[in-house]
Amino acid sequence: MPNGAQYSQTRGANTEKKTGPGINPMHIHPRPKRSDWAWYVLLLVIFVLFYEWVIDNPRWKWDIVAHYFFAPRVLAGLKSTLILTVLASALGLCIGVVIAACRMASNPVLRGLAYVYIWIIRAIPTLAMLLFLFFLSALIPRIYLPLPFGDANVFDIDTNQIISRFSAAVVGLALYVGGHSAEIFRSGLASVEKGQREACKAMGMSDLRMMWHVIVPQAIRIIIPPLANELITMFKNTSLVSVIGYVELLTTVQLIYSNNFETIPLLTVACLWYLILTSVAMCGQSLLERRFRRGV
Amino acid sequence: MNNFPGAPQASAQPLLQLTAVNKQFGDFTALHAVDFSVEKGDVVAIIGPSGSGKSTLLRCINMLELIDAGAIHFKGEELGSETRGGRRIRAANKTLDRQRRYFGMVFQGFHLFPHYSVLDNVLAGPLIVGRAARKDVIERGIYLLNRVGLADKINHYPSQLSGGQKQRVAIARALAMEPEIMLFDEPTSALDPELVNEVLEVMRELATAGTTMIVVTHEMEFARKVSNRVVLMDGGRIVDQGSPSELFEGSGSARCKRFIDSASRP
Ligand SMILES: Nc1ncnc2c1ncn2[C@@H]1O[C@H](COP(=O)(O)OP(=O)(O)OP(=O)(O)O)[C@@H](O)[C@H]1O
Ligand SMILES: [Mg+2]
Repeated sequence: MPNGAQYSQTRGANTEKKTGPGINPMHIHPRPKRSDWAWYVLLLVIFVLFYEWVIDNPRWKWDIVAHYFFAPRVLAGLKSTLILTVLASALGLCIGVVIAACRMASNPVLRGLAYVYIWIIRAIPTLAMLLFLFFLSALIPRIYLPLPFGDANVFDIDTNQIISRFSAAVVGLALYVGGHSAEIFRSGLASVEKGQREACKAMGMSDLRMMWHVIVPQAIRIIIPPLANELITMFKNTSLVSVIGYVELLTTVQLIYSNNFETIPLLTVACLWYLILTSVAMCGQSLLERRFRRGV
Repeated sequence: MNNFPGAPQASAQPLLQLTAVNKQFGDFTALHAVDFSVEKGDVVAIIGPSGSGKSTLLRCINMLELIDAGAIHFKGEELGSETRGGRRIRAANKTLDRQRRYFGMVFQGFHLFPHYSVLDNVLAGPLIVGRAARKDVIERGIYLLNRVGLADKINHYPSQLSGGQKQRVAIARALAMEPEIMLFDEPTSALDPELVNEVLEVMRELATAGTTMIVVTHEMEFARKVSNRVVLMDGGRIVDQGSPSELFEGSGSARCKRFIDSASRP
């Protein structure tokens, strides 16, 4: 009974202002709804069935789930997933900021390039992007930038030296995050009312300070929910990198169950970890949202 | 404060001078060769029908809109453009930002920063633009809020204020940058009738204190009683101007009388 607790807390202090069940006989209670009990019954049914079908189901083999949950191989796969997620997010968000800035630039070359980037990233499946990157050395053996005169190069690198399973995975996912987050940033910044910019300009604020102090803090509220969504999607998309042979959490459990045929318990292990980490991300999201809700 | 100390007759120049200012929006000409000048201490009321270019004129002065031809001089300094190799080009963004600080602007829609408290809104200019230390400007912020009668709302957020209170915060915010000219674009038009007077009262006090002001307004009472010059605009041109008594009490043009009659009707 959270309501009762709340009222009793305030009982000592200025009681004449507060009203509540135990205090004021004139208190108006919420109207009882006849349909409410049906939903509580439904909840009970859900609990019972969940227990019957999942928890108390010997075929789910919870002892094996428990055995593998902290198994070193699984934890190593989890670590790979986390490293991949963190690096690809960080790099991807940087790309996204740059692309969004180019999209809003006054220079048509920058705008055009950013538009083409977003167009391609949206169109190409992440899986194909990862494969292209991994096999880049077959397509472009050397990456170089020639000087305009003479035959020297500013740089000239053997593609094989920079493309590994790991770097291809990070870059592939980052390119994806970059394209999608750029659009999220752009629409978030555009959602801040035009008058805010005019108020800044009218007091002589530079564009950079206007962005940092006024526009971004207001846009962040709009940006956080879709961006969190995008990053959580990417977190699960890390499993795609198995196509180029990079071993992360989901690939690890697949490798394990292809040997011992305990498919469901091992998939359960992976999903429980995804569930836990997604919950952590969602907590972070609501903390951020609360932080930027000030004044609105 | 004169930015052209070497300018020959700097003292003879008006504070602000617009010469043959043209502003286009695509094919549409919003300002036709407008000439206009303001002396220190002037309180200019700009009146005229909707769409006549009043806001555009104000926004050209502080370069929220950039003019297409003509010139704007502030104390002899050319605003928003410069001459390079015999050609006039737009001034650099940095120059525009510096020159905008000569003016403070109050908008019809307030445009307070919703994520800042009332005090932080007022301090936004000194802190973010002026890069002052908070402890050095906080007293001035409180003084300004006192001046607009809102010292008790310092820690409120804009969403917790009435329209009239918001507009008074916006006035204090503009004053905090110590502008030489205050621009008001219909500061009371978005307010409920009973809140108009508290804002006009603040503006009247500013005028009495000698603040140079250009006010676009539909408040004929304000134009008549507070301003020392009234400018009537129509179709992107200044069609009449003079002292309030000239325009309101007889000697003004027929067009002017017609507008004032229609605007003063309840
Ligand atoms: N950004 C813009 N793009 C195109 N046309 C514009 C723009 N801003 C203003 N105009 C046009 O310029 C003309 C003058 O507009 P302005 O806002 O200056 O009028 P106003 O005198 O302030 O009218 P009101 O009393 O309704 O505010 C109008 O015809 C308007 O449609
Ligand atoms: Mg207007």
